[in-house]
Amino acid sequence: MASMLLNSMRSCSVSHSWAMRFGKMSSSSVSKKTLARPGVKNIVLVEGVRTPFLLSGTTGLLNRTGVPKDAVDYIIYGTVIQEVKTSNVAREAAMGAGFSDKIPAHTVTMACISSNQAMTSAVGLIAAGQCDAVVAGGVEFMSDVPIRHSRKMRKTMLSLNKAKTLGQKLSLIGSIRMAHLSPELPAVAEFSTAETMGHSADRLAAAFGVSRVEQDEFAVRSHSLAKKAQESGLLEDVISFKVPGRDIVSKDNGIRPSSMEQMAKLKPAFIKPHGTVTAANSSFLTDGASAVLIMSEEKALAMGYKPKAYLRDFVYVSQDPKDQLLLGPTYSTPKVLERAGLSMSDIDVFEFHEAFAGQIMANLKAMDSDWFAQTYMGRKSKVGTPSMDKFNLWGGSLSLGHPFGATGCRLVTTVAHRLKKEGGQYGLVAACAAGGQGHAMVIEAYPQ
Amino acid sequence: FAIVKGDVAVIRMNDPNSKVNTLSVQMQKEMIEVMGEVWADNAVNSAVLISSKPGCFIAGADINMIQACKDAEEVAKLSQEGQKMFEQVEKSPKPIVAAINGSCLGGGLEFAIACQYRVATKSKKTVLGTPEVMLGLLPGAGGTQRLPKMVGLPSAFDMMLTGRNIRADKAKKMGLVDHLVDPLGPGLKSPEERTIDYLEEIAIECARGIANKKIPLRKEKGRMQKIQDYIMSFELVRNQIYKTVHGKVMKQSKGLYPAPLKIIECVKTGVEQGPTAGYLAESQNFGQLAKTTESAALIGLYHGQVACKKNRFGTPEKEVKTLAILGAGLMGAGIAQVTVDKGVHTILKDTALAGLARGEQQVYKGLNDKTKKKSITSFQRDSILSNLTGQLDYKGFEKADMVIEAVFEDINIKHAVLKEVEAVVSPQCIFATNTSALPIKEIAAVSKRPEKVIGMHYFSPVDKMQLLEIITTDKTSKDTTASAVAVGLKQGKVIIVVGDGPGFYTTRCLAPMLAEAVRVLQEGVDPKKLDALTTNFGFPVGAATLADEVGIDVAAHVAEDLGKAFGSRFGGGNVDVLKTMVDLGFKGRKSGKGCYVYQPGSKVKEVNPEIGDILEKFKMAANPAVSSDSDVQYRLVSRFVNEAVLCLQEGILNNPLEGDIGAVFGLGFPPSHGGPFRFVDSFGADKLVEKMRRFEAVYGNQFTPCQLLLDHAKNSSKKFHK
Repeated sequence: MASMLLNSMRSCSVSHSWAMRFGKMSSSSVSKKTLARPGVKNIVLVEGVRTPFLLSGTTGLLNRTGVPKDAVDYIIYGTVIQEVKTSNVAREAAMGAGFSDKIPAHTVTMACISSNQAMTSAVGLIAAGQCDAVVAGGVEFMSDVPIRHSRKMRKTMLSLNKAKTLGQKLSLIGSIRMAHLSPELPAVAEFSTAETMGHSADRLAAAFGVSRVEQDEFAVRSHSLAKKAQESGLLEDVISFKVPGRDIVSKDNGIRPSSMEQMAKLKPAFIKPHGTVTAANSSFLTDGASAVLIMSEEKALAMGYKPKAYLRDFVYVSQDPKDQLLLGPTYSTPKVLERAGLSMSDIDVFEFHEAFAGQIMANLKAMDSDWFAQTYMGRKSKVGTPSMDKFNLWGGSLSLGHPFGATGCRLVTTVAHRLKKEGGQYGLVAACAAGGQGHAMVIEAYPQ
Repeated sequence: FAIVKGDVAVIRMNDPNSKVNTLSVQMQKEMIEVMGEVWADNAVNSAVLISSKPGCFIAGADINMIQACKDAEEVAKLSQEGQKMFEQVEKSPKPIVAAINGSCLGGGLEFAIACQYRVATKSKKTVLGTPEVMLGLLPGAGGTQRLPKMVGLPSAFDMMLTGRNIRADKAKKMGLVDHLVDPLGPGLKSPEERTIDYLEEIAIECARGIANKKIPLRKEKGRMQKIQDYIMSFELVRNQIYKTVHGKVMKQSKGLYPAPLKIIECVKTGVEQGPTAGYLAESQNFGQLAKTTESAALIGLYHGQVACKKNRFGTPEKEVKTLAILGAGLMGAGIAQVTVDKGVHTILKDTALAGLARGEQQVYKGLNDKTKKKSITSFQRDSILSNLTGQLDYKGFEKADMVIEAVFEDINIKHAVLKEVEAVVSPQCIFATNTSALPIKEIAAVSKRPEKVIGMHYFSPVDKMQLLEIITTDKTSKDTTASAVAVGLKQGKVIIVVGDGPGFYTTRCLAPMLAEAVRVLQEGVDPKKLDALTTNFGFPVGAATLADEVGIDVAAHVAEDLGKAFGSRFGGGNVDVLKTMVDLGFKGRKSGKGCYVYQPGSKVKEVNPEIGDILEKFKMAANPAVSSDSDVQYRLVSRFVNEAVLCLQEGILNNPLEGDIGAVFGLGFPPSHGGPFRFVDSFGADKLVEKMRRFEAVYGNQFTPCQLLLDHAKNSSKKFHK
């Protein structure tokens, strides 16, 4: 799946024509100053694509081919749950996609913001003058996570390799008990607190007094906006792919707008019986891959590409993984705005990662609280909440799905596309991640 | 007091005069009024009972209220009023939900179990329990009657006889709590406030659910529960349980504590003869127990413990953030163990790699045992350990706010270490010395900054023994003392602050008693018999075993040093008995042989056969006039007590309360007597002096009562404790 994306990446120059079209439409409304700084290289997003985010169970690949092989200097991929056999999945995907085997590739991991990390690493490489064009992306195969033998069994198997005589081997084999055979699933719980993310999200929602109805409403909003975007063909970053043995998939298959009554029927998924987080107001884990081509502005122009957006300031933050696990956006937003010299009202397009409806609502409330900003963030005042008219207008992780490693690129690409479509100047991406970490990035529209 | 939210009344308890809520006469009165309002209000279908105090539901009954009663009848009446009120709660036509966050103890738990439903937070501060037995009392407001019905006989006995705290998740498993709520992190309010609000919201939902019959009150019993109930329906089985529990209590308490036996009696009466008889037995026995000397002693210790958990020297100017410990032996590593998990950066320094490795392993093992007991996670263990630095040099000592040395007890080594440390640390750094007998003045003699030198006497094993004896010299500054006390409190210690002198307070009291114990052995009493005599008096550990635990070499060392300092008053047994034992390698438990033989894995300890020969060599003739079992007991105890009183007379001790706490928590003085000073008060100074005079006639000045004791003997109205 990842290699397919890389293939499509290579053919991205086809996007010129429609990019120009949107450019004309929106150029009139852009009047704000640019964030370009003297001495700092302009780094641009040239293209972003993704496979449809599929509910676990339908995986496969489709090949798209035909692209110049020397366009890229480096490849970085983000992933969360690593397959032992492809621990550097970026390298395998790159070669599988027919990129030159002379292009180095590495894999990064930072939970749900892994592909954000891949992109910002790419920005770093370009800014440092190491590279001019980097492909960054993320990939996740939730339907085929590696399941390990239990530690006892692993120990026995490893000693079996070392056993010299048949007697030793037999006695080791004889030591295997039923308990040895039970497999270990990869943990979905935080390592440091042993709490699952859904449980933490439920507590977070309760801490900020987010009601079940508020959460359900937000989830319905996400699904209906996604549906609308899909129907009006706005989700153009999606490329079709063929599931082996099944049909071609060209749409996200998790978008299911439903009524509030249906939503209200669901039982809480984590804290029973009084919790508020349900399956319907949480993002669902899917397979999926996404990729972006990032270049220095000169290189992109020299190669005849029409960039989509500038990638400007970005920050990473981290906080208490127990009680503030999912508050990354609250911490990262004011910080990145400060760096960019912008305020909340300057931003035209918001794309926040929707891990849980309750998490988004809690973040919105935290960003609107002077008390929280002063007591926990050491800031003088609150940063304020984004206007809902600008917020995740094409759906989000709640409706499109959330392949851990691939969501970041989707957010950035969506911001670029929305800036063009809606004619805005600045976009903001923010996301939370396991381990109590967070990320935010400011994106500026490319002048048309 | 009560706020009505829709059809649910919320009763919020908040005692304005105290940090915790207690069941007092005033509170009981108000509660009855509020309950009356709830029952009378037709719009209300159910109620929630919650505390507005973070970390406390109800901490128990007001002890002062019980102590203020003149006689047993008055206390029994108090108990009856409590019973009556909770009976009304139990029979309430409108369901009452107890929403528990923080300590729910004693009367608080009895209140909660009288309610129809209990919701508790999973916070670490939420504990449920019936600690009355530790104060020599019993749960006197229906607890002995309701608890067995609720959690079954075995669990009820376990709770009431041990008085231990039960955490919320365990309480849920036992059936003590019906519903759990997660504590919340920060939101738009502080975590504590928000958690209470959240608990209230959930409890209101539950109350509404019960009133609407959506939440059933009787839970479906599990198969194990049914089997247990079936077995318990046989009188024979129940009698067997009473017998076993009774036997256990007798074995552990030696019959010195009346409360556990009364608890068994109350439960038995309730189960076998019905609630009327049960409640009557409970209130009567509660009244009687409240007026026993044992209860007074235990309550005294409780008050003392609370007082010794406060810093009477004020807040130190500078908080200790980095603590360095010299010597990674049993003591040093033990101190590290109780420090590192309090978020203090701890440096553990030794001179040899092997010693350091052993010490670090001890700290790791202590934490790992906690992980096994699931009181901390393995992640927390590792993150705590990251605060510990093990090293062989003085690197980083310039950042230390306090250095505690726990090197070998030798004045020359202590001097060398003190000079080395003062050369590398900042001028603000405090130098604390952990010694059991060396005078601090002498150690401080070589210091450039004697105002920064203080003694911190820990007791082994440090992680188990609650006491810390802090020793100040006349040069020690007040801020240094405040800082040492603050560190000790952080380590979770009960602290007494005493003046300087050979043996300070604790060692000085113990030494004459051990000297007497050696004499008793020389007079032909078997170590096992000696142990039995002391434990029967109420000491948790027998005198011979205690000597083995302390170490025969340490005991010999101390006996010799203090003998030199105090002369013949510290005589009695021949120090050479101990010295000969040390020469033969009988150093106590650590060397495998002492008074007893210690074999790893074996639980039965046998008397060391070779000790007989030594005692034979030093045999003394026993004087039958002062050698009855009781006389031997009082010979041991009176020397201890006399020395303690002398410490107060000489100003080593600041007050009798600290003397009692030090003796009980550091040396195992019988808790049933509440410490040497309370013992004098309750036993009678005159009677004690009379006994001592009799012993004095035989043995001489070792039994001469000190002046303060004589003063008390002359005037019976003089008491150490009011």
